[in-house]
Amino acid sequence: MQQEIEIAELRKLTELIKEKYDYDFKNYAMSSFKRRIKRIVELYKFKTIDSLIEKLESTPSFFEEFVSEITVNVTEMFRDPSFWSVLKEQIIPNILLNHNKLNVWHAGCSSGEEVISMTIMLEEMGVLDRSNIIATDIDTAIIDRAKKGTVSLKNMELNASNYERFEGKYTIDKYFQEQNGKAVFDPNLIRQVSFRKHDLVKGVVFSKFDLILCRNVMIYFNQTLQNDVLYKLHESLFRYGYLAIGSKESLIWCDIANKFIVVNNEEKVYKKIKD
Amino acid sequence: MTRFKLSKKYKAIAIGGSAGSFQPITKILSVIPKDFPLPIFLCLHRLKHVRHGFVEALSIKSLKPIHEPFDKESIKREQVYLAPANYHLSIELGNTMSLSTERLINNSRPAIDITLESAAYAYRDKLIGILMSGANKDGALGMQKIKDRGGLTMVQDPEESMISTMPNSALSVTEIDHVLKTDEIIEFILELDKMLRSS
Ligand SMILES: C[S@@+](CC[C@H](N)C(=O)[O-])C[C@H]1O[C@@H](n2cnc3c(N)ncnc32)[C@H](O)[C@@H]1O
Repeated sequence: MQQEIEIAELRKLTELIKEKYDYDFKNYAMSSFKRRIKRIVELYKFKTIDSLIEKLESTPSFFEEFVSEITVNVTEMFRDPSFWSVLKEQIIPNILLNHNKLNVWHAGCSSGEEVISMTIMLEEMGVLDRSNIIATDIDTAIIDRAKKGTVSLKNMELNASNYERFEGKYTIDKYFQEQNGKAVFDPNLIRQVSFRKHDLVKGVVFSKFDLILCRNVMIYFNQTLQNDVLYKLHESLFRYGYLAIGSKESLIWCDIANKFIVVNNEEKVYKKIKD
Repeated sequence: MTRFKLSKKYKAIAIGGSAGSFQPITKILSVIPKDFPLPIFLCLHRLKHVRHGFVEALSIKSLKPIHEPFDKESIKREQVYLAPANYHLSIELGNTMSLSTERLINNSRPAIDITLESAAYAYRDKLIGILMSGANKDGALGMQKIKDRGGLTMVQDPEESMISTMPNSALSVTEIDHVLKTDEIIEFILELDKMLRSS
């Protein structure tokens, strides 16, 4: 498909999805959403957006696949090593100063690299068994992958160097075994983790946390949706709980900014100070 | 009479570059006046996992401050925005920028095609696209989109480019309005600056 996708076509598509599947992509950031749709159209060789809409209308089983393709799942272990150092040296010890338990939510956990990183870090700090970790994503297929705790070997070089820059205690090899081109992580690492499907757009608040990681997820939303989601994240934090977003995201233009203080501006860690 | 296709309609400049583009781009930045009115988007191939240092290096000679935008930051006049390491930079309708971590395109993130194409969509015929030296074909498609939407396309003269693959790829897929040496690109921008300020 060579032509430009029209905004009207995108609107028609998101309306159908909303109506039929109760997922709302209307407020996803336009340019990346459009690129994702274009990719699906090319991948499945649809001739027009209308034929994609028809397929979604007639084939519910296609919808899961569609969601998997729409979402961007690119992730790394210990992405931004300096961020993980701040967690290790400052944030986690601070939480555990006042609490016996550590409740963590990975919102938009993708294939789980961020979750494994968290468990490795907590294990090395000797506090994994005091932790309760929930990892959620909108994409069922990616959650299934995350549950397996496997990472493609070709990504391990980067993951290992991130871990090294984070100054982990060992080398990353300690935690996985090679099997059929995959790094299979020790299942014992995720003993405190439960994976669930959860849509941030619907925004059901299901628990309260001391620490929420929602990194590189809201960049796929427009400002309206970011704003809405931040209300929900705020509500899901205990007072004095921490919110970490991606290193190139910012809270400052959100309604709710004044209910947080900046704990670390470089690494984008915020603390909820008001209910 | 100028030989350039100058016009007051232009609202932004997007520049792409890869291997061999650092020097000419630094040179261009060293003469663009501090108050040159249009926003400039720079998408340059860079090391994916080095967050710091690049802005600083580019800034040394630049008269304007250079800034790596945050996701959904609004676009302001006179600013120079540099696509951050490991993120694609898109221009959105409604005068903001967004970042994304979609897969590498032409082996790069940031990818020039993404910045140019989204900017072409947002600015239509009011965009100037400039593609500099580089060793792959990133940006060629983006230049094509700019042309399709009525914008102005310019490449660094392949003769002058340290590595001419990138300008040549653009030349092979679309009509390029100006093929210019670095000094001529500077001349163009200075003339445009004068024109934009005249009443
Ligand atoms: C780029 S990944 C980020 C992974 C990880 N947090 C990191 O920073 O490396 C973005 C994830 O957000 C998820 N996502 C997108 N929209 C969502 C929504 N409405 N609710 C929950 N997760 C969503 C995608 O499925 C994807 O796995």
